[in-house]
Amino acid sequence: MAWDRNQMAARAARELKDGFYVNLGIGIPTLVANHIDEGIDVTLQSENGMLGMGPFPYDDEVDADLINAGKQTITELRRTSYFSSAESFAMIRGGHIDLSVLGAMEVSEKGDLANWMIPGKMVKGMGGAMDLVAGVKRVVVVMDHASKSGAPKLLHECSLPLTGRAVVDMVITNLGVFEIETGKGMKLVELASGVCIDDVKELTQADFDVAVSS
Amino acid sequence: MKKIFPDAKAALDGLVFDGMMVMSGGFGLCGIAENLIIALRDTGVTDLTVVSNNAGIDDFGLGYLLQTRQIKKMISSYVGENKEFERQYLAGELELEFNPQGTLAERCRAGGAGIPGFYTKTGVGTIIADGKEQKDFGGETYILETGLVSDLSIVKAWKGDEQGNLVFRKTARNFNPMMAAAGKVTVAEVEEIVPLGSLNPDCIHTPGIYVQRIIQAEHEKRIEQRTVRERESA
Repeated sequence: MAWDRNQMAARAARELKDGFYVNLGIGIPTLVANHIDEGIDVTLQSENGMLGMGPFPYDDEVDADLINAGKQTITELRRTSYFSSAESFAMIRGGHIDLSVLGAMEVSEKGDLANWMIPGKMVKGMGGAMDLVAGVKRVVVVMDHASKSGAPKLLHECSLPLTGRAVVDMVITNLGVFEIETGKGMKLVELASGVCIDDVKELTQADFDVAVSS
Repeated sequence: MKKIFPDAKAALDGLVFDGMMVMSGGFGLCGIAENLIIALRDTGVTDLTVVSNNAGIDDFGLGYLLQTRQIKKMISSYVGENKEFERQYLAGELELEFNPQGTLAERCRAGGAGIPGFYTKTGVGTIIADGKEQKDFGGETYILETGLVSDLSIVKAWKGDEQGNLVFRKTARNFNPMMAAAGKVTVAEVEEIVPLGSLNPDCIHTPGIYVQRIIQAEHEKRIEQRTVRERESA
């Protein structure tokens, strides 16, 4: 037993607080929008130039001029504003966005993040990820705990090129939740349903403190 | 001086040369200068350095210029949507300089604003910082990035007038305003050229001073990922 993609997204959604401006990355982070509590008022930012991102359009509402950072068609809300990429990253770099939820390939126990490149193999680019982790107040990573073959992704040091150094504040995996505090390292604070501490230890290379009872 | 040209081919006449740097507005396929990209291909110009957030897809947008090998180097933040790009790059046929998206946007903004360099914390501690000057401000480390000025910028807007004033629509604005300002010469293609005075002066996104030539053109506006939701039955 462990969390599936939707349960991980639902757990990440609990990090969103009332009044937050939030940027959601591509993949599982996008699903977070489906799990935001009704009583919580959150404004979603899309780094291609929009604040106040709405849901996917109905078939007859699709507009080629209205997409999110994953190039998916979306809709606007009554609160929506549009702006240029320079303005968009001014609000990101300038620390005006409260929370960013991103995917990752590797995270180190110091909070280093790697999520944009596999040398010689995958050439896609960092997009806005480096700016987001450098500028946003709080960075939450949602990722599978280990690779399909069981290789750990939470490591002492990342092996892949970094997106940012000591930038991750929280990691949510299918096995549980970790907090990372600069200079203090990684702490397991929550276990997914049906998961015990030994399950986590077996699939983790990073050192971590345990702040849950098994 | 007349800024309105009859079509994309005429609008690029006399502006292109081999080895030039071209900025191309748009995010994915949203807000790209579809017609000017095709006209640029048809000039036969080669060894281009193209500054664009993305590289189009295989059969649309900047993908056209990759097919014909007219691009020597790309400066981009994300190129994941283009298989031909990946193939040319991994085979060593294409140079690629990855810039973080915000750094790329700011390099264009700075270039257009006469700012040759700026410090940013984006990329500190990563390979993006390699070889770049570092400086501490208030106990935090920043890296020096440079402004970019292009030989030619091609941008897409929703509406424009004969003075070159431009208005963009929704998320099709993206990189277009900064790239318009950062071009030694900027050519804009718009969906509609409207009579002078019909754009609200308070709502102009790009003032005409940044635009030297303008055309009205048809746009396919291809959608990369058509995502929809089901209507709940009444």
